[in-house]
Amino acid sequence: MEKTRIDTRFAACKAENRAALVGFITAGDPDLDTSLEIFKALPKAGVDVIELGMPFSDPMAEGVPIQLATQRALAGGHTMAKTFDMVRAFRKEDNETPIILMGYYNPIYIRDPKVFVKDAREAGVDGLIVVDVPPEHDDELCLPARDAGVNFIRLATPTTDEKRLPKVLANTSGFVYYVSVTGITGTGALDADKVAIAVKRIKEHTELPVAVGFGVKTPEQAEAVGRNADGVVVGSVLVNAIRDSLDGEGKATEKTVAAVTDIVKGLAEGCKRAKA
Amino acid sequence: MTDPTSLPNSVSQGPDDRGFFGIYGGRFVSETLMPLILDLDAAYRQAKEDPAFHAELADLHKNYVGRQSPLYFAERLTEHLGGAKIYLKREELNHTGSHKINNCLGQILLAKRMGKTRIIAETGAGQHGVATATVCARFGFPCEVYMGATDVERQAPNVFRMNLLGGVVHPVTAGAGTLKDAMNEALRDWVTNVEDTYYIIGTAAGPHPYPMMVRDFQSIIGQEVKEQIMAAEGRLPDMLCACLGGGSNAIGLFHPFLEDKDVQIVGVEAAGYGLDTDKHCASLNAGKPGVLHGNRTYLLQDPDGQILEGHSISAGLDYPGIGPEHSYLRDTGRVEYVSATDTEALEAFQLLCLTEGIIPALESSHAIAEVIKRAPTMDKDQIIVVNLSGRGDKDVNTVSKFLGKGSLAE
Ligand SMILES: Cc1ncc(COP(=O)(O)O)c(C=O)c1O
Repeated sequence: MEKTRIDTRFAACKAENRAALVGFITAGDPDLDTSLEIFKALPKAGVDVIELGMPFSDPMAEGVPIQLATQRALAGGHTMAKTFDMVRAFRKEDNETPIILMGYYNPIYIRDPKVFVKDAREAGVDGLIVVDVPPEHDDELCLPARDAGVNFIRLATPTTDEKRLPKVLANTSGFVYYVSVTGITGTGALDADKVAIAVKRIKEHTELPVAVGFGVKTPEQAEAVGRNADGVVVGSVLVNAIRDSLDGEGKATEKTVAAVTDIVKGLAEGCKRAKA
Repeated sequence: MTDPTSLPNSVSQGPDDRGFFGIYGGRFVSETLMPLILDLDAAYRQAKEDPAFHAELADLHKNYVGRQSPLYFAERLTEHLGGAKIYLKREELNHTGSHKINNCLGQILLAKRMGKTRIIAETGAGQHGVATATVCARFGFPCEVYMGATDVERQAPNVFRMNLLGGVVHPVTAGAGTLKDAMNEALRDWVTNVEDTYYIIGTAAGPHPYPMMVRDFQSIIGQEVKEQIMAAEGRLPDMLCACLGGGSNAIGLFHPFLEDKDVQIVGVEAAGYGLDTDKHCASLNAGKPGVLHGNRTYLLQDPDGQILEGHSISAGLDYPGIGPEHSYLRDTGRVEYVSATDTEALEAFQLLCLTEGIIPALESSHAIAEVIKRAPTMDKDQIIVVNLSGRGDKDVNTVSKFLGKGSLAE
């Protein structure tokens, strides 16, 4: 398939000798306007690739931080149409930073996967991560995405053994997302040595960049993980920062955007040190 | 969607290798769980071929559960309704008081074969939780049960029973705190504890092979009915009727009869306050196909694909989805899916108490409610078999509250 912004950005980070920082926020959290503001502020703060979470009522792979972010967004009336609006608004100002939509299959299925990938592409989306569509069901979404010019980024996990890995990688494009722990987002403590071995193992099977996520919270962890991986994914720590910045009624404050960008800056430094 | 007029020659052959019944089913799970699901599939296929597995299960059925369960002619209910002869399949007489034990025994034997050392489950009414805690005690496994906080409250006696049996109950506060949320939380546990943990899903839903496997373990219900009705009446029934939560007691009764085209089959969903309100659990009647909890099936959802919270007076039917085989049977037209409201279920509950001296589960009362509507319109020589999936002891508090008699605990 044709090169996407994701391919270009990972190549650029490599050339600049740093691990790519992949940052996740939930679309519409804590409200549409603030969420868009955070979204737009991420690249300047140091995020190389943005994962925008599509809120879903039943986020089965998510720990409490992202569950709560999802609930905040849905309580504010967020919809898929608004997620696309956010992407279009972002693209008016930034035509280079890759945007990945991340979420669950049902809100896509109900719109028709083929229509969804076309709409996503037109809005300016570069990639998809959909947790509950394994390679066994590639015909459902992965292949239509590829045909529409959208990368389908697959998760490889500690339970993905040598025999299964080629199947997982077969139709993956953009990068491979290695999930560092068995578990949900925002919990487990990551073991950098184990991750290094896993990343090496995956790299024996693919030319694609490998990014590592689940459990990265600090610049030090980003640095340790980034030594072997091409990218470092952070999410729960960012949405927790949003939560902690809200007022007593759960509304955004003037601290909310900076709460996220401050953390991003530290993590971006870690990603730079990783390859220094 | 399949055109109902093009009914396939065989509707009982599913699922295919990828776990599909028509377009329904499948394995929509995260990569972390995928290898586990594949292992489970392989282990189940092996067990299915192993006579020793079946022998052990049969022995437990007989001596531990008390099978077979009677097929009982409900003479006074039949007289009262003045139409078709009504038989009750007495699953409520099973050890632990419902059909749920059939599935749990099958799965615990499988967990043992697979060398797993820890069991988790989700539960709504608590019947599946109790059945799981029971088999865990019987086989010496630690047992953790996820249960919505709302259900913990309205099914308190079952929480206590689980505790007595050594089960640890985790109340789940996410969402509305009912069955769907409990299932999310059980899946989160499983994805975290992949090495040692076996997840006993309590209904014929979830990623393949669960819908098939749970159906197989529950099919003993329909198999027995077939033998029993032949012995009692010398012919097959005219109609089968069962309630639907996730659909396990229903598919267990229905499946052995799917190819018997003269047997009319009716599944009853929970209509809560009514299908014209948003307080019901009738996914087949009022939902749309979607993907949740590992399978594609009819779901209650909003136009943006967000899953809605169901409502039913009965905690065991309070689920916004349905097992995928039922979705397939709906689209093919082989099974008719109707619904009963909270009020109709309550009336049926009381009628069975008074005419037969049997206190039914509120879940099963939905099936009785449909029989109350149908039997009078049928001939006296026609036969209905209704699945009495559980006993109602757990529900007496709820019922007394609804009948305006206050909580018995007060
Ligand atoms: C007695 C009884 N019947 C029926 C059900 C509904 O489940 P299913 O549709 O899987 O049989 C339950 C669930 O808790 C139950 O306890």
